[in-house]
Amino acid sequence: MLKILKYSFFDLVRSRWSYVYFLFYLLLSSVLLFLNNDLSKAIITLLNVVIILVPLIGTIFGVMYYYDSQEFTELLMAQPITRKSIFLGQFLGVATSLSLSVLLGLGIPFVLYGLFQSNVIFDFLILIVVAVFLSFIFSALAFNIALSNTNKIKGFGYAILVWLLLAVIYDGAFLMALMYFQEYPLDQFSLLATLFNPIDLSRILILLKLDISALLGYTGAIFSAFFGTVWGSFVSVGVLVLWVVFPLWRMLHTVNKKDF
Amino acid sequence: MKINFILFFFIIVSVASHAQNRTLNVCAQDCEFSSIQTAVDQAKPGDSIFIKKGIYKEHDIFIDQKSIHLYGEKGSIVDIDHKGYGFKVEASDFSITNLSIKNVEVSYTSDYAAIYLFKCFDFKLKNITLEKAFFGFLIEKSKDGVVEQNDISGTGQSEASSGNAIHLWNSKEMTIRDNEVYDMRDGIYIEFGGDNVFENNYSHDNMRYGLHFMFSDDNRYSYNTFQNNSAGVAVMFSKRIEMNHNVFKKNWGTASYGLLLKEINDGKIYNNTFENNTIGITADGSTRMVYRENDFINNGYAVKFVGGSYQNDFSRNNFLYNNFDLSYSGGLNNNSFDTNYWSDYTGYDLDKDGYGDVPYRPVKLFSYLVNQTPESIILLRSLFIDIINFSEKVTPVFTPENLVDYQPLMHEVQW
Repeated sequence: MLKILKYSFFDLVRSRWSYVYFLFYLLLSSVLLFLNNDLSKAIITLLNVVIILVPLIGTIFGVMYYYDSQEFTELLMAQPITRKSIFLGQFLGVATSLSLSVLLGLGIPFVLYGLFQSNVIFDFLILIVVAVFLSFIFSALAFNIALSNTNKIKGFGYAILVWLLLAVIYDGAFLMALMYFQEYPLDQFSLLATLFNPIDLSRILILLKLDISALLGYTGAIFSAFFGTVWGSFVSVGVLVLWVVFPLWRMLHTVNKKDF
Repeated sequence: MKINFILFFFIIVSVASHAQNRTLNVCAQDCEFSSIQTAVDQAKPGDSIFIKKGIYKEHDIFIDQKSIHLYGEKGSIVDIDHKGYGFKVEASDFSITNLSIKNVEVSYTSDYAAIYLFKCFDFKLKNITLEKAFFGFLIEKSKDGVVEQNDISGTGQSEASSGNAIHLWNSKEMTIRDNEVYDMRDGIYIEFGGDNVFENNYSHDNMRYGLHFMFSDDNRYSYNTFQNNSAGVAVMFSKRIEMNHNVFKKNWGTASYGLLLKEINDGKIYNNTFENNTIGITADGSTRMVYRENDFINNGYAVKFVGGSYQNDFSRNNFLYNNFDLSYSGGLNNNSFDTNYWSDYTGYDLDKDGYGDVPYRPVKLFSYLVNQTPESIILLRSLFIDIINFSEKVTPVFTPENLVDYQPLMHEVQW
């Protein structure tokens, strides 16, 4: 498995897309930092970009990589290697290379700017952790989609749909539910609803750490009362881990059964 | 000739009486007096009392109907040692200057103050430093006083165990200027007072309000800075208050705002700066107010109308980079928002008259939704919200139809 991981990782690291992705983040965060002069504000803007772009790139890139390396995968399967290690290796290769691009792209300008002397280092760490988690979650989802669809067009279609669902439509349904049931106490519900969507969860985790959380009013107070506790952070990280583990488990399950 | 003689006589008498005005020295040793109270008791009207450098452990120093002038030098400290009031004064034409007073008793039943004035007229409190004050200056039923260049601070533990720095009750025509007040409950509090002026004060880090009006008509406050208070200024149940050239900044927290207007009418708010507040102005039942040439910069909400506000007029204000420019509930109620500058405005000006050709709607769909369902604020900064805000901007459905700036300015107002 490690060999395959290493192979996919270096394959991807050498590819043009990783560089583009890395350079994009590098450019974005350096421009934000050097034009804005305000670390906290820069983090808010980056948050907006991260929670939309990381999932999108994760899904598209994952699906693309799977279809691209299909022939190579089939060749590998002819070798005495377990399917588990082949696919796990490929997935980890994709996810780590994506995470690395984000990590370095965002990290280098911040470090150069003097992050270690500033007091927002913790907020920034959460941003990075969230970005890494989102990369892992959405590339796992992408592998699932690609495995279930041999038709590439269909695969890409579903990938975009999944992204759209979690990034946009879920919030729409959430908002509708809030409006529709506004007569009822909704704070527990909204807490639960955010836990079920990794993008929302990531957004809230970062927002609560920033000054802007004061705007969230009493709903925000309930959220920070929950996420501020050890139990709350444990649950939120646990949910994010589950979002990685469950698609992975399904991926391995289908891989073992699938007739290639 | 006779009139001249009388005039001459009066001059002589007044000069003579001035000549009798003495200066009594108070110091720890080797002076006429070692206690301020005995000096006050011995003083005649018009006398001055010079309190020399040193620490005086005295409390409840009572000035009863005597027009005298107390002054100290650097290092003249009255230590109340947590035993009630510092000075209690009921007099007119007196002054207290250059003094330091500390350790006022904290009480949950009495309003102990460093200096307590009752029915005082034509007085001056100047250059007084108060430390660990419970109440600073407690001024009741007084008139024509000047309170200037004082530095007042408390311990700032909790709202219940702290008092107000400058507390005016039933007082008229006072001038409060150039004071710095901090770590108190309210910086400056005024109840049942009229025609007072508050200028150039710096009120910061107070637990409740920087400046607080209750039932006080016809007052003015200008050129003050209110920073990092629980709320900058609260104006409640008052009429014709004039507020200009003040700076409200960093009043940031879940329940904070720069300026709270509660049941107030006919006020004028102009040339103020609201910066980095959670809410710039909360207007609750305020009517016929004029808002002109104010800057709202980087606030969570610039202006929040809670309800029951009629005929307010916003014009030539700058709304710059606020999360929400306006939050509004209820009908339009003749409030007008024309000719302001909005940094979110994306329209164009083809005829180059300085006004945008497309009307601007300051209420975003999201701020409308948050008003309806407060829990939906949790979707702040979600992509979905950006999308519906945009679509609402293109074709308004939900946001109040008439709440429009028909002549949004293309350039920032310079005032």
